[in-house]
Amino acid sequence: MADLRELYQEVIFDHYKRPRNFHRLTGADCFAEGHNPLCGDRITVYLKTNDGVIEDVSFEGSGCAISTASASLMTEVLKGRTLADVESLFEGFHAMVTDGDGSPHADLGKLEVLSGVREFPARVKCATLAWHTLNAALRHQASVSTE
Amino acid sequence: MNTVVDARKITVVTECAECPVSPKNPAHWRTDFPILKERVHGKPLVYLDNGATTQKPEVVIATEADYYRHFNSNIHRGVHALSQKATEMFEDARVKAQHLLNARHADEIIFTRGTTEAINLVAQSYARPRLQPGDEIILSTMEHHANIVPWQMVCEQTGAIIKVVPINDAGELMFDEYLKLLGPRTKLVGIVHVSNALGTINPVKEVIRAAHAQGVPVLVDGAQAVAHTKVNVQELDCDFYAFSGHKLYGPTGIGVLFGKEALLEGMPPYQGGGDMIRTVTFAKTEYNVLPYKFEAGTPNISGAIALGAAIDYVTEIGFDEIGAHEHELLAYATSEVKQIPGLRLIGSAAHRASIVSFVMEGAHPHDIGTILDHQGIAVRAGHHCAMPVMERFGVPATVRASLALYNDRDDVNALVAGLHKVKELFG
Repeated sequence: MADLRELYQEVIFDHYKRPRNFHRLTGADCFAEGHNPLCGDRITVYLKTNDGVIEDVSFEGSGCAISTASASLMTEVLKGRTLADVESLFEGFHAMVTDGDGSPHADLGKLEVLSGVREFPARVKCATLAWHTLNAALRHQASVSTE
Repeated sequence: MNTVVDARKITVVTECAECPVSPKNPAHWRTDFPILKERVHGKPLVYLDNGATTQKPEVVIATEADYYRHFNSNIHRGVHALSQKATEMFEDARVKAQHLLNARHADEIIFTRGTTEAINLVAQSYARPRLQPGDEIILSTMEHHANIVPWQMVCEQTGAIIKVVPINDAGELMFDEYLKLLGPRTKLVGIVHVSNALGTINPVKEVIRAAHAQGVPVLVDGAQAVAHTKVNVQELDCDFYAFSGHKLYGPTGIGVLFGKEALLEGMPPYQGGGDMIRTVTFAKTEYNVLPYKFEAGTPNISGAIALGAAIDYVTEIGFDEIGAHEHELLAYATSEVKQIPGLRLIGSAAHRASIVSFVMEGAHPHDIGTILDHQGIAVRAGHHCAMPVMERFGVPATVRASLALYNDRDDVNALVAGLHKVKELFG
């Protein structure tokens, strides 16, 4: 069993207590709501895109430390990325939090602080909620649920 | 070495001679449950998720295994010895459930998969044929989804509507509001006996009396009640009472619907199949008598028999003893967790059973659940299938510690230590 500190790293507490880009985005061209009915986590992700590039991204909502920090970190890494980048980041992130072998994945930068989640299978849905919601926003779906 | 818990203190005794193996001695109840010797994440298991499901005593596990080893066969149809024995054991279990609830007749006991199926049965078989557009069903805010959704479905089918009795800040039913809702269009009242999210014990006898004064039948959801308190359906005068075996130290997949004979007689079958018929021709099928009319197909035979063993187990201990032990432990748990800074109890009803539900400032219930789990402590974190209750208290979720007869002060102390660990991590 992994140490709790591997899951709850300082960076995660920092993003939980002071989430970045935590507001409604004026001028957003797409958004979606994400909901994890199991634990009550609920977030909205807003996006402003221009010619296939994410110009700005933000989120609102309430959730646990893992889902909030994951959403906050996600908004930080997404700015300036192309939509193709987004797809590979999500794939890499998903693999990182679900693969049991802990092998290195594509360079995920600061998202790697969430790699401890793979030792806590019950929390994978918390870590991926923001990403599923982002995907729904890009596909112009109004809402997504991770249950 | 044995640990004896009484109402005032924990005493450690080393002489077993002073510690008689008696069903009345709470210290021994714990040893009846083999799973409580397990370690989780390297720590001794502290099981405080009894509201979700209770653990099983050795006698229940052994009864189910014995059935498969020595008696397995189908019931109500064989002339051979095993089938007759299995039928006898299955019907004995029905009589045990009858005595547990003090029902007048054994044929008022319908075996179902659990509380959920029992409520669906009443919704579809009792309510649906009777409901007209505009008719009303009264429920309370503190119902489990299992006592909400089946009624919403029957309302969609019939045009009936649901009226909801509010609860106060303590999590108690607002009885005056209930009386105001009872009216000429009320066709049924559904009320939870003990709330799974708050622990509130509802005044079901008074709820039933007021409904009956207007000729309205009442279904009581007893899922969280049967393990903690003696239920007497005749004294309550309730029309339907539902519970699940697995919350009463029995197996999953078996439960009971009690219904008054006259009501059950007037209801059409819920499902069609074998065992629920007397004769079948393609021109006309004649249904079986109670309770078999409502038990289509091969039932959960081993589950019913093992539930019978669970009923024997709690009956031998006695509900007065279980109630006294749990009541004392609940008071201890409540006063201990209340002392943790930033902790807010959700549900502080004057009459409460077995449940401590709370939120903590700065730490989400889901994170608390993970941190406690890491220390071998099993609690529930979430909405407890009672989302209207969460909405009422303005929280997305709570942490729920729920007690059973085998819990003791050590379990509560472990919980409190675990919550201090949460404070330490989350600051």
